[in-house]
Amino acid sequence: MRRNLILGGILSSLVLLAALISFVWTPYDHAAMNIPDKLQIPNAQHWFGTDHFGRDMFSMIMVGARTSLAVALLAVGIGMGLGVPLGLAAAARKGSWLDELIMRGNDLVFAFPSLIIAILITAVFGAGAGNAIIAIGIFNIPVFARITRGGALSLWEREFIMAARVAGKSSTRISYEHILPNVANLLIVQGTIQFSLGILAEAGLSYVGLGAQPPTPSWGRMLADAQTMVSFAPHLALIPGFAIILTVLGLNLMGDGLRDWLDPRLRVRRA
Amino acid sequence: MTHLQTRRRVGPALAICASMIAGQALAQDDIIVAMQLEPPHLDPTSAAAGAIDSVLYSNVFEGLTRFMGDGSVVPGLAKTWDISEDGLTYTFHLQDGVTFHDGTVMDAADVKFTLDRARAEDSVNAQKALFAGITDVMVVDPLTVKVTLDKPNGSFLFNMAWGDAVIVAPDSIDDIKQKPVGTGAFKFVEWSAGDKIVIEKNPDYWGTPAILDKATFKFISDPTAAFAAVMAEDVDVFSGFPAPENLPQFEADPRFQVLVGSTEGETILSANNKQAPFDNVKVRQAVAHAIDRQAIIDGAMFGYGTPIGTHFAPHNPAYVDLTGNSAFDPEMSKKLLAEAGLADGFETTLHLPPPSYARRGGEIIAAQLAQVGIKAEIINVEWAQWLETVFRGKNFGLTIVSHTEPMDIGIYARPEYYFQYDNPAFQELMTTLTATTDPDQRTALLKEAQTTIANDYVNGYLFQLAALSVAKAGVQGLWTNAPTQATDLTAVSWDK
Repeated sequence: MRRNLILGGILSSLVLLAALISFVWTPYDHAAMNIPDKLQIPNAQHWFGTDHFGRDMFSMIMVGARTSLAVALLAVGIGMGLGVPLGLAAAARKGSWLDELIMRGNDLVFAFPSLIIAILITAVFGAGAGNAIIAIGIFNIPVFARITRGGALSLWEREFIMAARVAGKSSTRISYEHILPNVANLLIVQGTIQFSLGILAEAGLSYVGLGAQPPTPSWGRMLADAQTMVSFAPHLALIPGFAIILTVLGLNLMGDGLRDWLDPRLRVRRA
Repeated sequence: MTHLQTRRRVGPALAICASMIAGQALAQDDIIVAMQLEPPHLDPTSAAAGAIDSVLYSNVFEGLTRFMGDGSVVPGLAKTWDISEDGLTYTFHLQDGVTFHDGTVMDAADVKFTLDRARAEDSVNAQKALFAGITDVMVVDPLTVKVTLDKPNGSFLFNMAWGDAVIVAPDSIDDIKQKPVGTGAFKFVEWSAGDKIVIEKNPDYWGTPAILDKATFKFISDPTAAFAAVMAEDVDVFSGFPAPENLPQFEADPRFQVLVGSTEGETILSANNKQAPFDNVKVRQAVAHAIDRQAIIDGAMFGYGTPIGTHFAPHNPAYVDLTGNSAFDPEMSKKLLAEAGLADGFETTLHLPPPSYARRGGEIIAAQLAQVGIKAEIINVEWAQWLETVFRGKNFGLTIVSHTEPMDIGIYARPEYYFQYDNPAFQELMTTLTATTDPDQRTALLKEAQTTIANDYVNGYLFQLAALSVAKAGVQGLWTNAPTQATDLTAVSWDK
């Protein structure tokens, strides 16, 4: 039953590959406008057609993949980088004021609709990829803090942790040397899911004009630009739309597949 | 059972008949006009917002003179006028029997009130300059008013046609922002904020009565929603259609007619003339030569728009075609940058307000500037932010905006105006122009003014904004051109 993992892996690697290749090669300069050639449907010269400025859509999708992946990756990085230590600390001091503070803080962030707050952040601090990363990143913190704490709490009851305690290790050392490696599976799976949500959030922010600014291509903005042209040039919306769908689908399948593969309990049940 | 079935069949059939009759009756005497922007309030004499005039000009409010759809200025509430030999005194003879919508009589006292209010020290009129030369307004008799100027003003009658100079009454001035009372062929009925404004025929109108009984203005800001509303025939007219890319579809559809005319909107790439490096004329010239106007018109406006080479409307008889002065020539542009000591280019900002001429045009311009080494960082802003940062704060490098006021070349004589062009010779020229009444001399001066700003490359002159409207095929009498911001419905009717 590795189908999910393989299909998800293939889709995700395709996107990743497109993003990586775009650093060294794209069929055309993604920013080069050629207005007489505008709104071409996909053809031999322009595989995905051209947009309303005559730019090559294939090149834009490739570079747009880079934007999406970079924003999502950094946002997940922020979420993990801050959320995981917070979750570990909360679990190590279960029931203490620190635990309460961290978890109620998380509740507070969770209570807000994430995209609305991301819009608020970018509206206040200015639109741009940097602020989009921070905005999406902030909403990843409680996700990782909770999942880390949840995983860590049960581990703290286990004998090998007891043994480490008896051996005189500090709770910080125990958290990083014993707890963290044992919740890594959870984090990888959650990270994949959050990554796909990050891509959606980036597309959403760009769609309302608060993500990466032109001329940096972004799938969300390509969709927004296409909006008034859907009726006569549907490929302008369909192509970035499919790019987003396939990427998110790929990452979700991969996340599911990874969970099945990494989670020992599920593996035992199947066996 | 049979009984019931019969009723079931007849019921809908009757309903259809009824709606057909109602539909036809409605189609003849009322109209739904959509536009993008909703007015902030309804007093045209105390705000710069063009949306106010778009709803009320000519329909509800009238001035001493008025604009026609072709841009000409004709008598309005003033039937005739005499101008003294020295050009300093205008004696207006008002139309007889004009009443405001609240029933009060419009007479010379109202004219005096309006003009005195507009030129007062504490006036909040957005175009105080229109009234600046007035030294005295005197009521001669109820139908005659004498206006004295400090010096001859060749455009005084033109000025009095503006929406900012419409005649208002002292009795109704307090509530004018919510409940406008004018003299027009339509009277205001209701305003549901965020949705619509309704006006209806004024049965006591002094002039040619309106043909329509009722008109509803709807406000649809989103271009996609605008397209859907017209396609679904939810609105009868969309005045100032925001998405030029959709017009070919309307043109191909027999249900609709597309009106393409000209506006007074000079769409320009404004440069901050006081900020380095744009304080150097060579740099501004380099920017001008880096721009391919046709690409912008085709790419941003889908072909709608007329290239301009100076800040003047091409349909005006005094227009000089100076587009050759700043022809697309990237090599020339690079050379000029090198001469200015910026051979490696430079970085600047490009503030873009929401309309597609700015957002799309800006993307194209940024790409064109990049070709000559100028890196313009695009900053998309909302209108409020644009007014704050660019217009008032003057904190920008480049910006794109359409200057929609008619005959507004005079803004180049205001050194504090946001692009901060400070040329005493030009200011002198404008002073002379204002004092000149001879038409030939005025034309010559206007031509000189156009050439001066084009040679100084004050701003990048892009194109004259097209007036784009879509209407159902049966609608007649709409303005094609937009000599001022107005949706004059007084002559509009339905075919058949």
